[in-house]
Amino acid sequence: MATDLTTRILNDPNYQTLKTRRTRFGGSLTLAMLVVYYGFILLVAFNKPFLATRLGEGVTTIGMPIGLAVIVFTVIITAVYVRRANKEYDALTELIAKEALK
Amino acid sequence: MSARAWAKVFGTGLMLAAGSAAFSAFAAGADLGQAEKQPTNWVAIGMFAVFVIFTLFVTKWAAAKTKSAADFYTAGGGITGFQNGLAIAGDYMSAASFLGISAAVMVGGFDGLIYSIGFLVGWPIVTFLLAERLRNLGKFTFADVAAFRFKQTPVRVFAASGTLIVVAFYLIAQMVGAGQLIKLLFGLEYWIAVVSVGALMMVYVLFGGMTATTWVQIIKACLLLAGASFMAFMVLYHFGFSPEAMFAKAVEVKTGIAASAGKSPQDAAAQGFSIMGPGGFIKDPISAISFGMALMFGTAGLPHILMRFFTVPNAKEARKSVLWATTWIGYFYILTFIIGFGAITFVLTNPEFLDAKGGLLGGGNMAAIHLAKAVGGNVFLGFISAVAFATILAVVAGLTLSGASAVSHDLYSTVIMKGKADSAAELKVSRITTVALGVVAVGLGIAFEKQNIAFMVSLAFAIAASANFPVLLMSVLWKDCTTRGAVVGGFLGLTSSVLLTLVSPAVWEVTLGNPKGSALFPYASPALFSMTIGFVGIWLVSILDRSPRAAQDRAGFVAQQVRSETGIGASGASGH
Repeated sequence: MATDLTTRILNDPNYQTLKTRRTRFGGSLTLAMLVVYYGFILLVAFNKPFLATRLGEGVTTIGMPIGLAVIVFTVIITAVYVRRANKEYDALTELIAKEALK
Repeated sequence: MSARAWAKVFGTGLMLAAGSAAFSAFAAGADLGQAEKQPTNWVAIGMFAVFVIFTLFVTKWAAAKTKSAADFYTAGGGITGFQNGLAIAGDYMSAASFLGISAAVMVGGFDGLIYSIGFLVGWPIVTFLLAERLRNLGKFTFADVAAFRFKQTPVRVFAASGTLIVVAFYLIAQMVGAGQLIKLLFGLEYWIAVVSVGALMMVYVLFGGMTATTWVQIIKACLLLAGASFMAFMVLYHFGFSPEAMFAKAVEVKTGIAASAGKSPQDAAAQGFSIMGPGGFIKDPISAISFGMALMFGTAGLPHILMRFFTVPNAKEARKSVLWATTWIGYFYILTFIIGFGAITFVLTNPEFLDAKGGLLGGGNMAAIHLAKAVGGNVFLGFISAVAFATILAVVAGLTLSGASAVSHDLYSTVIMKGKADSAAELKVSRITTVALGVVAVGLGIAFEKQNIAFMVSLAFAIAASANFPVLLMSVLWKDCTTRGAVVGGFLGLTSSVLLTLVSPAVWEVTLGNPKGSALFPYASPALFSMTIGFVGIWLVSILDRSPRAAQDRAGFVAQQVRSETGIGASGASGH
């Protein structure tokens, strides 16, 4: 029974689409997050004076908006994934379930 | 700040007592994890009592709903994504995140920001790789997922060990933190805090299970976010909502402090401005990257956090949970950053909050507490103190529940009873384990009172990143992973992270008192090395595994993947 269900799902083109898209999208976003975070850490490690550059007349440095941007990026990239998954992936999953369980 | 001092700050991480060790070491030159007992604060105690009475009513309500093992472990799977997001954020925003990070910002400015970013960046990784797959594959514990297609006994034994060890270190840190905090905030004795945290936590978990634990966490998260928002608002309001004005004043204050310490005007100005850029945080890039890995991937391996993904009904709510959690945590770290700068401008300039040497009364971790008084008076001070203590209580309850489920669900039900235990028997074992863990936690909390345990939270993160996370990730995503590979690699990651921490400066020199420079492992965190050992161990042992079981493990991957991707056939978290 269960294996029968598995085979049916495996043969569903929607399942293959879902798997490929999610793996690719999740993988790219993971990579993007790693690049941004470790990029920031390496910038701190190897170019401290750059981050301590004043933006204008005042004391605010370029590091402040960059640090804030990393935080905001983290939240936004999560939102981007969740939005797409909740629409597209859940719709595909529903199609697959309907097909497999009919 | 030297790399070594930062190593110590790293070690202290989420935990209060440790934070106070590092920051008082920095501020006053004393290397003590001990807090000074303050005068008894009745306003704070009263507010905390209100919190306790309210949460006990919540527990009574939750107890009526807690009948089966599924109710106990996962609140019957009926928590929404938004509620679960708040609860996860609550688990993560511990007292030391709040007090420790705002103090780190007060001391180091920008460096404190780098530190808090590390705690945030693991969440997208959890979202992209694990959250919905966990929900689709698991029922009660992360071992359900890690052991899905493998031989149950060895993988469950590994996962339960990983859970209990992470929980133990985290619990000791929280208990000692509670004891130190109560001396600071309420002016009560250390043991009173440890015993009352232990007793209250047992009541929440025993009677209310996951439902009570989740709601206590949600209530506390709302109180903490509201209190921190108010403080940040008041600080910004004072500066006409101009960050530049706030930064300028902070630089001026820091310059003044440096000048009065006898620096030349030029040096003083440079030192004052240093809070606006990176300082000594990353002298040694390997430590920084290694510590960043521990935080990033440790987040994805903390058993009490992973367990929360089973409290929501489906993958969609699991995703929403992480998005809400990430949003709240990100917002919270922005608040702590403003609070840290607020502490520079309001607290460091007010003799009421300073001792004779110019350090903070009560130790370095008091930055946010003093700021609460400066912007909101005595009543708000009481509120923030009560919330800080409630935070520890809620985190301890979540940890205990996750330890209890590892024992009852993974060890008792699956390993000992071979899956034949009924729900009532399993529930009974969870409750017995909860009491046992509570007693052990109180005992350890008292035993470790005078120990320097700064390393414990970062060790918990390192173990979670090096043992739990690799096994979980490889079992879910890699077809060729086998039982033997997962267990051997997982235990290699676990032992290497513990051993490397033991011979690192934070333990070998600071805790065990060996001479400076004698530590065999020079870096702040073992994760870069121990995670590699864990992953390579899993990979190598798996590809060399030619046993009949290995063939079965690999053959099981397709069915597992179908379920992890679609959730079809997934447990609805409401029993078998």
